[in-house]
Amino acid sequence: LRKNVEDFTGPRERSDLGFVTFDITADILNGKNDWQTFIFDWNVKQLFLYLSAEYSTKNNALNQVVLWDKIMLRGDNPRLFLKDMKSKYFFFDDGNGLKGNRNITLTLSWNVVPNAGILPLVTGSGHVSVPFPDTYETTKSY
Amino acid sequence: STSPLLFFSGSMEPAFHRGDLLFLTNRIEDPIRVGEIVVFRIEGREIPIVHRVLKIHEKQNGDIKFLTKGDNNAVDDRGLYKRGQHWLEKKDVVGRARGFVPYIGIVTILMNDYPKFKYAVLFLLGLFVLVHRE
Repeated sequence: LRKNVEDFTGPRERSDLGFVTFDITADILNGKNDWQTFIFDWNVKQLFLYLSAEYSTKNNALNQVVLWDKIMLRGDNPRLFLKDMKSKYFFFDDGNGLKGNRNITLTLSWNVVPNAGILPLVTGSGHVSVPFPDTYETTKSY
Repeated sequence: STSPLLFFSGSMEPAFHRGDLLFLTNRIEDPIRVGEIVVFRIEGREIPIVHRVLKIHEKQNGDIKFLTKGDNNAVDDRGLYKRGQHWLEKKDVVGRARGFVPYIGIVTILMNDYPKFKYAVLFLLGLFVLVHRE
């Protein structure tokens, strides 16, 4: 699981807004042995994938923001090759905690929704850390 | 304790459909994290909503405010909240969706939407009872 990110921030009213672009290369079934793949398969209705940013600020000890999500239905290709993706949802902080924040962790997680039964069947994740710059961008080519 | 909830909305498709029966737990200690499916009630409204957590901001002391969104909705739930309310809090949470059985409730929904179907079901039930009265 690999992610490449490039980002810059802009002030919006009174809260920091972060812009993140990313690549995702993922193979959801990679490394699972046969019996796991079998179980994974027969009761799986869909995979709910989401990319979330987690970080701490002065205002809040823990912040989590979902930047992007995707539903993969059973039978869809389990391999993802996404390049230059923009976030689907606005990455607003509750305050000005993005500026100069060196430690934002981006995590790709997934919920397996079964045809019937326990929710979620499996939760997996992989992650990478990114820093935000110390200054705001005043012009954005977005 | 686990309680069942009959799910009526299309806002969480394709995960849940109208007629699915959801099982909820209400363990308050469970931390609220993004990606989880929570059941919440908006102040003043009876019907609980079952959506996914999109954003959280939690303080050191555990106070948390969060935003939700239905998988099948284009926008987050802010438009559903009370006027002036931008976030949900722990007190709005009714439970967590822990499991489900699909389609079970469809009979109830059909009976509701199509009275003729309801009479047919009742008639068949009556017949069944009569036939089995040994």
